[in-house]
Amino acid sequence: MSEGLIGTPVRRLEDAALLTGTARFVDDIELPEMLECAFVRSPHPHAAIRSINPTPALSLPGVHAVFSYADLAPLFTKNLIPPDNPGLKFAETTKAIVLAEEEVCYVGEIVAIVLADSRYIAEDALSLVDVDYEILPAVADCRDALAPDAPRAHRHAPDNIVTTFRTEFGDCHSAFGTAAHVFDLSLKQHRGSGHPIEGRGIVVQFESATEGLTVWSSTQGAHRVRNTLVDIFGLDEDRVRAATPDVGGGFGSKHIVYPEEVIVAGAALLQKCPLKWIEDRREHFLAAIQERDQYWEFEIATDEEGHLLGVRGSMIHDQGAYTLLGFNVGHNASLAVPGPYVLPNYQLDVTIAVTNKVGTIPVRGAGYPEGTFAMERAMDLIADKLGMDRAEIRRRNLITAEMIPYELPLRARDGSTTHYESGDYPLCLQKALDRAGYTQFAERQATALSEGRYIGMGLANCVKITGRGPFETGIVRIGPSGQITVHTGAMAMGQGIKTAYAQICADQFGVNPSDVRVIAGDTGTVPMGIGGFGSRQTVTAGSSIHLASIEVREKALKTAAHMLEASEQDLELKDGKINVAGVPGLSVSLSDVAKALSGAVGYARPKDVSPGLEATANFMPTGLTYGNGVHVVEVEVDIGTGGVKITRYVVVNDSGRLINPQIVEGQIIGGVAHGIGNALFEWMGYDESGQPVTTTFAEYLLPTAPVVPNIEIVHHETPSTVNPLGVKGVGEAGVIPAAPAIMSAIENALAPFNVRIAETPISPPRIIELIEAGKNGA
Amino acid sequence: MKPPPFHYHDPDTVEEAVALIGRLENAKLLAGGQSLMPMLNMRYVLPDHIVDLNRIPSLSHIDQADGRITIGAMTRQREIEYSELLWERCPLFRKALLQVGHRQTRNRGTIGGSLCHLDPAAELPTVLAAMAAAVHVVGPQGARDIPIADFPAFYMTPAIEFDELVSAVSFSPWPTGHKSAFVEFARRPGDFAIVGVAALLDMADDGKIRRATISLSGVGAAPVRCTTTEERLIGTTPDDVAIRAAAEACRELDAMEDVHASPAYRQHLAVELVSRAVRTALDDMGAGSTS
Amino acid sequence: MSVEQEFPELRTVILTVNGERHEIEIETRMTLADCIRHRIGKTGTHLGCEHGVCGACTVLVNGRSARSCLMLAVQANGAEIITVEGLATDGGEWHPLQQAFHEHHALQCGFCTAGILTSMVEFLGEHPDPNEEEVREALSGNICRCTGYQGIVNAVLDAAGRLRAANGGDVK
Repeated sequence: MSEGLIGTPVRRLEDAALLTGTARFVDDIELPEMLECAFVRSPHPHAAIRSINPTPALSLPGVHAVFSYADLAPLFTKNLIPPDNPGLKFAETTKAIVLAEEEVCYVGEIVAIVLADSRYIAEDALSLVDVDYEILPAVADCRDALAPDAPRAHRHAPDNIVTTFRTEFGDCHSAFGTAAHVFDLSLKQHRGSGHPIEGRGIVVQFESATEGLTVWSSTQGAHRVRNTLVDIFGLDEDRVRAATPDVGGGFGSKHIVYPEEVIVAGAALLQKCPLKWIEDRREHFLAAIQERDQYWEFEIATDEEGHLLGVRGSMIHDQGAYTLLGFNVGHNASLAVPGPYVLPNYQLDVTIAVTNKVGTIPVRGAGYPEGTFAMERAMDLIADKLGMDRAEIRRRNLITAEMIPYELPLRARDGSTTHYESGDYPLCLQKALDRAGYTQFAERQATALSEGRYIGMGLANCVKITGRGPFETGIVRIGPSGQITVHTGAMAMGQGIKTAYAQICADQFGVNPSDVRVIAGDTGTVPMGIGGFGSRQTVTAGSSIHLASIEVREKALKTAAHMLEASEQDLELKDGKINVAGVPGLSVSLSDVAKALSGAVGYARPKDVSPGLEATANFMPTGLTYGNGVHVVEVEVDIGTGGVKITRYVVVNDSGRLINPQIVEGQIIGGVAHGIGNALFEWMGYDESGQPVTTTFAEYLLPTAPVVPNIEIVHHETPSTVNPLGVKGVGEAGVIPAAPAIMSAIENALAPFNVRIAETPISPPRIIELIEAGKNGA
Repeated sequence: MKPPPFHYHDPDTVEEAVALIGRLENAKLLAGGQSLMPMLNMRYVLPDHIVDLNRIPSLSHIDQADGRITIGAMTRQREIEYSELLWERCPLFRKALLQVGHRQTRNRGTIGGSLCHLDPAAELPTVLAAMAAAVHVVGPQGARDIPIADFPAFYMTPAIEFDELVSAVSFSPWPTGHKSAFVEFARRPGDFAIVGVAALLDMADDGKIRRATISLSGVGAAPVRCTTTEERLIGTTPDDVAIRAAAEACRELDAMEDVHASPAYRQHLAVELVSRAVRTALDDMGAGSTS
Repeated sequence: MSVEQEFPELRTVILTVNGERHEIEIETRMTLADCIRHRIGKTGTHLGCEHGVCGACTVLVNGRSARSCLMLAVQANGAEIITVEGLATDGGEWHPLQQAFHEHHALQCGFCTAGILTSMVEFLGEHPDPNEEEVREALSGNICRCTGYQGIVNAVLDAAGRLRAANGGDVK
């Protein structure tokens, strides 16, 4: 039980509370005299606020206050949510403000906050806050936004561009000049929102006596919340505590600090009573981040045999009205294009466009799905044009195991180069093809066709950057009771970190994971933290906890050796006790050791061991670590309705060493389901004026159980070389190659109709359209 | 998304309910709640009064008399789905209901609620249209019947007065041995169908189709019968080619446009699904058979 | 909308939740979900959409699954309601579904789980021996964003077997 917990499918410690309904999510928190909040939100994509009259709302019984910019702005050091990267240059007008003063730029942007006895009454009050808007011209499509005479999404902006940049290496000009073949491709890509089943929410408590502000937020970054509130309200850092209740999913939707969180905190400072805001689903549709649209136009140059010589082109990304987290989605997408392939020359010009919609930031996958889609569609195109097999064209271009470690002259946001430190891409591809029966498929397909059925098989490869630093804190502490506690800045949102980290820690002490308590996401117990996004936490926090656990273990053994007057080599540590090997009676407990190191009287303490049976580690990865995956998908297309059924789904996944295989598989399967949503269902629609048209779960379709097949997972483990555990992140692995693999399969099924798919998602009506066009020789 | 304030009434007789909606201004009837409650939560409707019909036992029943079957308006979709009488006499109901929403929605949803809501994509109004049902309406002047074809006034609006409520629907089941099918296409199982087809066939002894009814949901604002298709089928023992030729007539139906589908796609689906529905019906064992 | 002095409109209702009788005065517009969560204090049932699609709020009302966001609390007057908190025995022994969910990693964030458990209690009560396709179909009224459903399906099939073995019996 205590040997080798790493790699064991330990059952989750989180489950008991969740299964019995005793977990505590943000809406489960009740505080005395707490009021509930609702937001007055702009119904217009673009408008000037002429006036706000809260009087009718204030006269509604149960309404305590209505605050808008005029009331809250005096509290702000500046009306700005501090950016992740203060050095990043982009259009000033799109900076993430807290609250609009006189111009709103998307449907759902906040105009005022109502505080009332209940959410019911707060919502009653919303329609009684009299806002006089002057409607302004709005721009919805990010391509239209770039036209010189386009309405400005922010009326005083010179244009609708956040920034432009070029991602490049090598010399595309020469490469294309001498290439045997040049193909071109235009793609329209769309990814919707995160839509965790629990929406956003915050509870804020301000104690005037101590000037202490405590917030509980359903967030992916407690420290970010704390730091933002400190910055905006000019509060003492040690008077602000951000704690995290149980979080019902994140997926990127809870990554940033939102205006809502800041405004509720500001309202609490004014009203001096606890406040709660719980997002409803409609608000999530309007005002929670999305990934939305990208338009790609690019060319691919190859030699006679289909080896990639270069990729060059341009891409437009729809950022929405505000830059809430840099321009990560567009940037990451451009970095993701080379993937696992040898690409000698690359150039992508990216324009990040402003539109009158809510801001976009990474949703699970963070731009990697889009870059991967571009390359994988290109691969299928090359195969088609050169009359080659789709697996063969990929095999021909894959970085081989012998070439690893492989460096791409492509810099990540933190300046590090792209360095694939471990992995065997051709082997993973082969494993996936074998498992899926790729070579036998053509015959099965022909048989099906003769029966009037259209089945297809598709494939896609990906590489995913994981383990982003700069660090994550791990504190391991054994108190005088002998209880082992781990504190971390990492954030729990369903991915089982409390179990995985307990495994990592327990492994060092020969105890059960259930003997280790993991406390995450509380700035009161961990001074620094970065948070959960980009598949980073197991690498960073996991490594920190591993290192800290080792340090504590060594301290314990050294101290025990002193207490037992034995030599360290003769000691064994298991089941919470340290004893002399072969002499079970000669032992001390971890509790004894902890007491000794806490200065308790009567305990011998070695002079060269520092007080406290605890250690803190802030592991800083020396580089990013890259996981990879191959998805092979089988579909059947109903050419009468355009309906697509996924009949088989094979994943080969390499996320390095696995801490808990059951949790890893859950992450992969969940990611694949999200990818199926991106390919076949999820479309966050806006009309030409910028009004959202899909604002319920009846219009925005999430994948349900009947449309997700069983996912067959084959693991391949090439340990990472840049962290002590050898792990790679896996949170996003499942989603990244899903859409291109599915499109590849649909195209393959519809080959008799010459269908080419250059978009994601795709709907049944669109498939019928493509079939008809193909039949008519388009 | 919380409901706005309203006055709540829960009468326990039909007479009381009728009296209430006659006298109260801006009142809405609450049946299964699966359509009205989302609208209330989203504040798409702001009634001053809710008249809850769920405490009126006399509105929930499935009976057979004089060759007609009557289903009370508040009969839960679940009861209809499980009704042995209906499975025996009119299996089309269960075939349609298995594709309506989900277990949770069928437990509460009612036939009257679905009928009065008249969502163009809803299956039950289309089934009732196929059955040429009569809708029984009760008002202050007493009871009257509205033929189903006259029941939809316009988009999601029934042709009843503000002081009337639907108490039941009734229809004459087709003869024992009649064949039926309900075929629809939805994005995900349980979703509202983009287009749905109810097909009823009665066969003559020589194996030819003697009578055919093809009723479609999701094409127009109200259920629509494709009589041209029906006429082409009657008197034939159609093979797949003939079925499709008959179904082609549905491409001429006027079709709606919305965020899910264009008119052209709906017409395309109509042809496709009518073909499948007729094929499935022809393969059906027939109502009242022991399978 | 008229905002008159007769609001809030209150009614006294009696709800039996997990075997416990509660007599409470509530606003007539309060949803059953909010009543269970905030007045009765059983917060295990969650709100994911409040328009009847996600299924997170599913409870059993007189033995039948219902979306509690689509019922008014007053409509449940006199009813017996079972929520996730009522699935384990009084002694704290987990329902076979809860045990199976744990073993098959059928939950990640857990926010949708309560609604799935109650839905599956009803489903297995009516279909004690389902196949995988039937389980997926039965799950179609509950949305999970985390798991991709596979663990849930495996758990339900496993629990079905355990319940059948225990005499196909009482699913509560």
